[in-house]
Parts: sequence; C-alpha cells; structure tokens
Amino acid sequence: MRCVQVTAAGLAGALVAGAAAGLAAGGLAGVAAVAVAAAGALLALWFVRRRVRAWSYTERDEDLIVARGVLVRRLSVVPYGRMQFVDVTAGPVERAFRLATVKLHTAAAASDARIPGLERDEAARLRDRLAALGEAKAAGL
Amino acid sequence: MTSTAAGWRRLHPLSPLVRSGRTALGVLALIGITATAGLGQDGSHLYDGLAAALVAGGAVVNWLVTRWRLDGATLCIETGLLRRDSRQLPVARIQAVDVVRPFLARALGLAELRVRLAGHSHADGRLAYLPEQAALDLRAQLLAAHHGLDPATPEPAEAILVRVPTGRLVGSVAASSTSLVAVLLVAEVVLVIDFPRVLAAAGGMLLVWLLGLVPLLWRRISLEYGFTVAQAPDGIRIRRGLLSTVAETIPRRRVQAVRMIEPLLWRPFGWCRLEIDVAGSAGRDRAEETHRTRKALLPVGHLDTAWQLMRLAIGAEPPALSAPPRRARLKAPLSYHFLAAGQDSATAIAVTGRIRKVTTWLPLQKVQSVRLVSGPVQRSLSLATVHLDAAGRDVRAEFRDRPAAEAARLTEQLAALCRTARQLTG
Repeated sequence: MRCVQVTAAGLAGALVAGAAAGLAAGGLAGVAAVAVAAAGALLALWFVRRRVRAWSYTERDEDLIVARGVLVRRLSVVPYGRMQFVDVTAGPVERAFRLATVKLHTAAAASDARIPGLERDEAARLRDRLAALGEAKAAGL
Repeated sequence: MTSTAAGWRRLHPLSPLVRSGRTALGVLALIGITATAGLGQDGSHLYDGLAAALVAGGAVVNWLVTRWRLDGATLCIETGLLRRDSRQLPVARIQAVDVVRPFLARALGLAELRVRLAGHSHADGRLAYLPEQAALDLRAQLLAAHHGLDPATPEPAEAILVRVPTGRLVGSVAASSTSLVAVLLVAEVVLVIDFPRVLAAAGGMLLVWLLGLVPLLWRRISLEYGFTVAQAPDGIRIRRGLLSTVAETIPRRRVQAVRMIEPLLWRPFGWCRLEIDVAGSAGRDRAEETHRTRKALLPVGHLDTAWQLMRLAIGAEPPALSAPPRRARLKAPLSYHFLAAGQDSATAIAVTGRIRKVTTWLPLQKVQSVRLVSGPVQRSLSLATVHLDAAGRDVRAEFRDRPAAEAARLTEQLAALCRTARQLTG
C-alpha cells in the first residue's frame, strides 16, 4: 500500500510561519525561534511518518483487515457482508495531492475501518470492489 | 377508522384530540392561572385561545391527510399536507413492534402502534392513534407476516415469565446512585441549615439540585412500573408503565446482545438489571421515554431469573468463562477481579467492570466487526483486548487483557466463527 504524508504540507506551512515570526522578532531570539520551529517540525514529521507507516490494509476473501496505530495498535476485521456503505472523501489538502480517504461503515458505531491517503484511482477501485463484495455477501441485521 | 379507496385506512377520529391534548391542557391551565390571578388584560385570553385552536386545527389537518394500509408484506403510511411523506415499511425488516398508550389515549381506549426498523428513530413507522383492539390485531398481523406466516394467523398465546413486584422496583431505585446523590444532598442541606451563615448561598443551589433529582427518580418508577416479561412464539413481549403503558414485542432473532448489569449497591441483594440491544433506535424518543428504559429487559431481578431470561433471549447456553492471566492485574488492578470472557461456536460472553459489573452476551451471527486493540501498557505486559462489535452504539463484548498470542489467535478464530454462524442462519 502507498501512503503519502499529507500532513507534511501542513508542517511545512507551520515551519515557514514559525521562521517568519522568528525573523520578524530579530536578533538572537529570532534564531532561537527558527530553531525551535524546525525541531518541532522534524519531530512532528517523524511521528507522522511512523503513524502513516503503521497504517495498512489487507483485502481477504471474506473480510477487510485494517491495522493502524503506533502507541495504541488497532486491528479491525470487517466482513464484507456486514458493510452498510462506503464513504470516499477528499479534503482540500488531499485533493491537492490527488489522494482520498476510504471509510467503511457497518451497523456498529465502533467498527472503525478508515484508510486515509489512498491514491485516487486506488480509492475508486477499492470502493467499487467493496461495494460489489458487499452486495454479493450481504447479510441481514 | 374509516376505509377509503384501495384499502387505505384512516386513524381513529379522536387522534387529533389526544395529539393536541397535552398542549391544549397546558394552554387551558395558563388561562385558568391568569384568570384567577387577575393578571389577564383585555384580549390576552383571546390569543391563548387562538394558539390552542391553531394547535388543535393542525392536529385535525394532520389526521385528515394521514392514511395507512397493510399491503401484503409492506406497511404503507402516508402523511403530511404541505410536505407529503409516504413511507413503506417492509415487514421483513421489522426490528420490534411497540404498542404505546399515553395516559389520555388510555382513557379514550386508543393506542399508538410503533414499528421499529434498524437505524434512526426517524425511520420508525408510527400510527397514532388506533382503537386498542385494532392496534393489537395489526401487531399480530405484522408479526405473523414478519415470520413468514399468513397475516390472518391469530395472535399466539404468551406465557408470562417474570413480573417485577412494585416493592422491589422502589427498593432498586432507592438503592441507586441517583438516590445516593439525593441522600448526600439532603445531608448537606441539613448541614447548611445548622450553619446558616457559612453556606447560605450554597444551600439554595443544593435544594434546586435536589428538586431536579426527584422527578428523575419518579420517572424511573413510573416508566418501569408493573414490568412484565412474557414469552410468545412471535417474540419476547415486554409490558411496563404506570400512567402511560408500553407493550414491546421483540422477535427473538432480532436480539443483538443482552447485558447484565450489577451495580455495587445492588449486589448485597443479589439483584441485577438486564438490557437488550436491538438494531432499532434506542435513542431519546419524545419526552416520555429514555435511553435506559427502552433497552430494559428486566429493570431489577434476581440473578437466576436474569440468567433464565438471557438464555431465552439468546437461545443458547452461556459458554464457559476464563480469566485473563495474573499479570493483567498490573494493568487493571481494580477491574481484574471480575474480568473474564469466553466463546463457543455460537455465542460469546464477556465480563467487565468492578463497581458496575457488566456481563455482555451476544450471538456471533450478529457480530459486525472484530477488533484487536493493544495500548502501550498492555503491550509492555504482552496483553491485548479483543472487541466484538454488534449493531448500535457501544454494543460490544470485550475480551479484555488476554495474552497477546491468544488475542491474535482469538481475532482470527472469532472472525471465522462469525462467518460460519452467519452462513448457518442465512
């Protein structure tokens, strides 16, 4: 699976803003502010990278498995037959990178199968495949 | 009920009266108060009367434009004057059927029929109001059709299983945490009266809180008064209510999960509460119902009665329980005491909580998803929790703090078991 770090764009923005603020303050304080902003951005980038790397999904014959989380590890097994509907969303930042988020909804509020950062074509393929499988294996409540 | 073309039927002509009854009574009371207090200026009653007439007129129009019919396997309801709302309720999708009788309707021999479907309560089909017997007949028809029988099948006989005595209900409310808060407040108020200067202002606040608690306790008693559980071939039937009564029928294959709750204060009496989860909405429904009461299968009862009811609702024997390893005590020092879970090929059961012990039992064929979660503390002890989610909000059995290897195996195994359970029941 391919995941691109959307949040990186936001981080770069924050870095620029921090640096600008630091330079505006001028002098030693300015340099320090730039350093802190850069360090913060790097740290955040590291967190985001780990978070994104931990996110994975597997399509099996009967169910979809979504694993995620670094500190709290979560793994969801959602049978295709239990799927109520599939959501594909793309926010402005995601759209800029041609990405989309696929979310599976079951009748249970807690089932959480969200796959962010999919390339748009892959998201569309997954959506169609899930919808078709959901139809074929549908089970009543 | 007047018949119109093509089998369409109207609601009872007195329905507008019952529907606007509450508002009309309120306005009348208002008029009465202002009149006796001599506050009303010239013409002010006219506006009050006009408002009441408007509400009543609206209810009459609503009655005029509402019609329904049972068309084979579909219940059709049409309503609305400006915004026409035509609703088709497939009988096969029914989650539960309720016959609700508010106080005023009861006095006039009317009843509301409510057909619960999965999803939000807006999706429910409501027929308010029908003559009592017509409502009962329609319920029998709907349930017979739901089970694939001829709709003309007469309502099957039911066997009453449990009746909750009023004394025990009052006792259980008295031994609830809400009452505990009330008692504490009373104690504080008494304290404040003893030392008026110190906490005079706070005393008033406490009194207000206390006044807020009383209706809460009263509602619990009035809603769950005369609670009766009966078993009928078409489902589990629950009756309750003091002023307004409700009779729910839940087809047994619609049961998503049953939960047994044993609060700390009830344990000395050997009491527990049973809740049943149906995919239909259990949300707040008008003012008369609360989330809690709508889910109750038994508001208070002894443990053996509760187990008997749970067996009936699930239709199986509970699987054997096993406790998590001793090292889980480090992660859950308090709740470890009761923590246990178990599963067989058809159902899964899990016990959690220390102060409020909760036993959740659900049939595997209803499981929506299986989740494996392990937090940082759990991972350092190589433990993990397996969740089995059923339809609804927070309806799940948690196999808490199982050894990591077992949990991973369990996730796989439960996913497979759920699949076969689903296939078996179609």
